[in-house]
Amino acid sequence: MLAKRIIPCLDVDRGRVVKGTKFLDLVDAGDPVAVAARYEAAGADELVFLDITASHEGRGIMLDVVRRVSETVFMPFTVGGGIRTLDDAARLVQAGAEKVSINSAAVRTPELVTAIAGRLGSCATVVNIDPKRVLKDGREVWEVFVNGGRVPTGLEAVAWAREVERLGAGEIVLTCMDRDGTREGYDLEITAAVSRAVGIPVVASGGAGSPEHLADAVERGGADAVLAAGIFHFGQCTIRQVKELFESRGIPVRPPAR
Amino acid sequence: MVTIVDYGSGNLRSVQKAFERLGAEARITDDPEVVAKAGRVVLPGVGAFGDAMRALHARGLVEPLVAHVRADKPFFGICMGLQLLFETGLEGGRHEGLGVLPGEVVRFDVSAGTKVPHMGWNTVAWRGGSQPADAGDWYYFVHSYHARPKDDSLVAAVTDYGGEFCSAVSRGRLFATQFHPEKSQAAGLELLARFIGRD
Repeated sequence: MLAKRIIPCLDVDRGRVVKGTKFLDLVDAGDPVAVAARYEAAGADELVFLDITASHEGRGIMLDVVRRVSETVFMPFTVGGGIRTLDDAARLVQAGAEKVSINSAAVRTPELVTAIAGRLGSCATVVNIDPKRVLKDGREVWEVFVNGGRVPTGLEAVAWAREVERLGAGEIVLTCMDRDGTREGYDLEITAAVSRAVGIPVVASGGAGSPEHLADAVERGGADAVLAAGIFHFGQCTIRQVKELFESRGIPVRPPAR
Repeated sequence: MVTIVDYGSGNLRSVQKAFERLGAEARITDDPEVVAKAGRVVLPGVGAFGDAMRALHARGLVEPLVAHVRADKPFFGICMGLQLLFETGLEGGRHEGLGVLPGEVVRFDVSAGTKVPHMGWNTVAWRGGSQPADAGDWYYFVHSYHARPKDDSLVAAVTDYGGEFCSAVSRGRLFATQFHPEKSQAAGLELLARFIGRD
């Protein structure tokens, strides 16, 4: 039976992992290769690297990071952040990323989703959707935002999820902005609505504060995978603890490393 | 020496690195003459069936690959490299494959309520003597289509995803997996180690 995936997300700035990872045994917790190898050993099912490098020159560094990670760890990983063109996406996959994820570029140029899926396959094409609950004419709308939740797009999250599936996306990472960084748990209502609306896998993101939250995202949010950053990086819980909880709740999971 | 066939289908470095990690020499080539003389051949691949066949034809790789398999020389297919062995692929139309194994490649039945692509870690149930010695049985999958062999004796393993599908095939010294051994950590490396250990 297909396991529900547990995916740590690492922010990378100019080739360095930021927002620190609390691996006491790592000499250099900023080295993406060392951190990836550590998460591989810990039993992570996939990794996501989010390139938060602001400058254009920093982009080349990410390609080098991707190359080095793919030569060291034998597990799948996704790279997102700053991908604007088909060439950007193709270069990352050529360098060894299993998948690429796009966010604002998909909103700005929806054809880019189709172009990436056409060249690299739907399986390698991930779209990030960042909804926020807003009031419009006294009615709550789940509006899609870009630029880290700062810029509204006018798109409604469920409709946009269906649209990116039609355009060729093979997976959606859904980061609910009202919960992101709060540690209060994922937004189960929006997650469940999006997951039901599409036939492609949905990764829940934003708000994880405990292993229970990850299990809830799967059981009640219908998520196919769960993404988290802070709770893993700051040593609040381990991948093993999450997997043991999943097992105890009967959620299919790849057993933690022996 | 392991020869990894390059037909422009994504990154092959992780496959090469996996063999290197196991202490084997591995080269990446798109030269039909090199493939024709190769001992152990690995056919990886992602993307679409029709594009992959077009790319193999354009590089003159179809003939040496078919000859290699027909001569029962050691062969390992990964993901698209398994699917291409069959007669027909039904991804975006009807495409002729390498045709060295009888059967076709079909899309997952979405009426089963399963999400497509089938993406992530799943178990395999090995048949007959195909089971690796110490490997775990979890492997990484990412695909929307799967092979449906006409000859049941080709099926080396099955996996459950809204019903059983064929997740590995074997015949003589040919072995191919729908999952990615090079992305499946220790369990995957174990399978690749077995490939370079037998001749």
